Amino acid sequence: MREFLEGSQAVARAVKLCKPGVISAYPITPQTHIVEGLAQIVADGELDSQFVNVESEHSAASVVLGASATGVRVFTATSSQGLLLMSEVIFNIAGMRLPVILTCANRAVSAPISIWNDQQDVMAIRDSGWILMFAENHQEIMDLHLQAYRIAEDHRIMLPVMINMDGYILTHGMEPVDVPQQEQVDKFLPPYKPLYKLDVNDPITLGCLADPEYYMETRVAIQKTHEEALNIIPEIAREFKKIFNRGTDGLIECYKLEDAKQVIVCAGSVVGTVKDTVDELRAQGKKVGAVKIITYRPLPAQALIDVLESVEQVAVLDKSISLGAYGPFFMDLKTIFQGRKKAPKISGFVAGLGGRDINKKSIIQIFDKLSKKQVDCEFIDVKDELLKVKIEP
Amino acid sequence: MFGPIKAKPGSAKNNKTGSWRIDKRPKFLQKNCIACKMCLLICPEGCITGKEKNTFICDYNYCKGCGNCAAICPKDDIEMIAESVGDK
Repeated sequence: MREFLEGSQAVARAVKLCKPGVISAYPITPQTHIVEGLAQIVADGELDSQFVNVESEHSAASVVLGASATGVRVFTATSSQGLLLMSEVIFNIAGMRLPVILTCANRAVSAPISIWNDQQDVMAIRDSGWILMFAENHQEIMDLHLQAYRIAEDHRIMLPVMINMDGYILTHGMEPVDVPQQEQVDKFLPPYKPLYKLDVNDPITLGCLADPEYYMETRVAIQKTHEEALNIIPEIAREFKKIFNRGTDGLIECYKLEDAKQVIVCAGSVVGTVKDTVDELRAQGKKVGAVKIITYRPLPAQALIDVLESVEQVAVLDKSISLGAYGPFFMDLKTIFQGRKKAPKISGFVAGLGGRDINKKSIIQIFDKLSKKQVDCEFIDVKDELLKVKIEP
Repeated sequence: MFGPIKAKPGSAKNNKTGSWRIDKRPKFLQKNCIACKMCLLICPEGCITGKEKNTFICDYNYCKGCGNCAAICPKDDIEMIAESVGDK
């Protein structure tokens, strides 16, 4: 049934449909409405779940780690500073191969304090082993959460999944969402069957000490599983499509790529703005297109090569930056095409940090700059007068 | 693919970590021992065994050579000897 929902409510409704047994989270802007919604759902008796109130994000992540280790489906959500406080546990969850689902309401990282959106927070845990997915709009938020549990709990994967949604733009914006029936979801997502769990009658140790004789193989195994997940995620996405009659192939989404000469690669809500701009420029006869990254880790390298190798110019739009280097998406795209004979000219652009609005003009600017000299790290919509501020001794 | 992410309780015993010992190892003289069990209790590895007087010994497969047992022995019946010296 189609309902007019706030993005955070869409998450709460999606999680309710997935029936986690334990939910733990600590409120942080702009994630708060997600947890608020779930707390209400549990308090109203609509979801039989244990909602654990905690004193920090480190504890919230630890609660879902421990609960997941006992073989129950779990959920948590956070943002920015909260994710950073969780980060120690985030790496542990991946290392213990626990299918935790976390929603990250993407927000800038302090200092200076900013509660507004960019995608810097998730980059801090990029290399943790989590499967990272980005949602473009409310429907995708709903759909990715349902798929996330299937992906994470697949016995061939057993890795945590983080769904990234842009703070405010998606968490607080409202859109019509097709909310599936419980029977449909039950058909798609069976109850969680753990592959291993903490059980007093059959004790095991998780997260134990691994000396140099053991550690490396655990990391190799996660890397190989990520590679395998590149085949399993589309398989689950196809099954989702069959049941719900909508969706993507799970890794990337192409927009008007046939005959496109200039293409923007990006992730999250900004894709909507890019698609709109592409439509306008196409109406003027310009051959432009867009590629949306849905799954960022594992990196869908082959899928990106297949759709981009024949394109002339590619602009990578990052809403985060590895300070001292370049945008993270840009670095990955460059790596993918490094040394390949058939490769586009790739330019890197950084925009929208700390909530700076990315509008159609910004996107048109990027397409304009793309025709000119190749750039690695060009900032869009920067106020030069602010950069001239001097601090006297 | 998973690798060694879980373990049965007690499986750390499979790791013979005595090779981490570098300088010295304890030698249990078994002459003046009064079976006070101080060495057994203080051993951070839990690798000292014994019950009667002059029967205490450690498992060199796990002993790291920290010397706590020798330091706490009230009868100076344990001495630290150089790794290079033979005769365990």
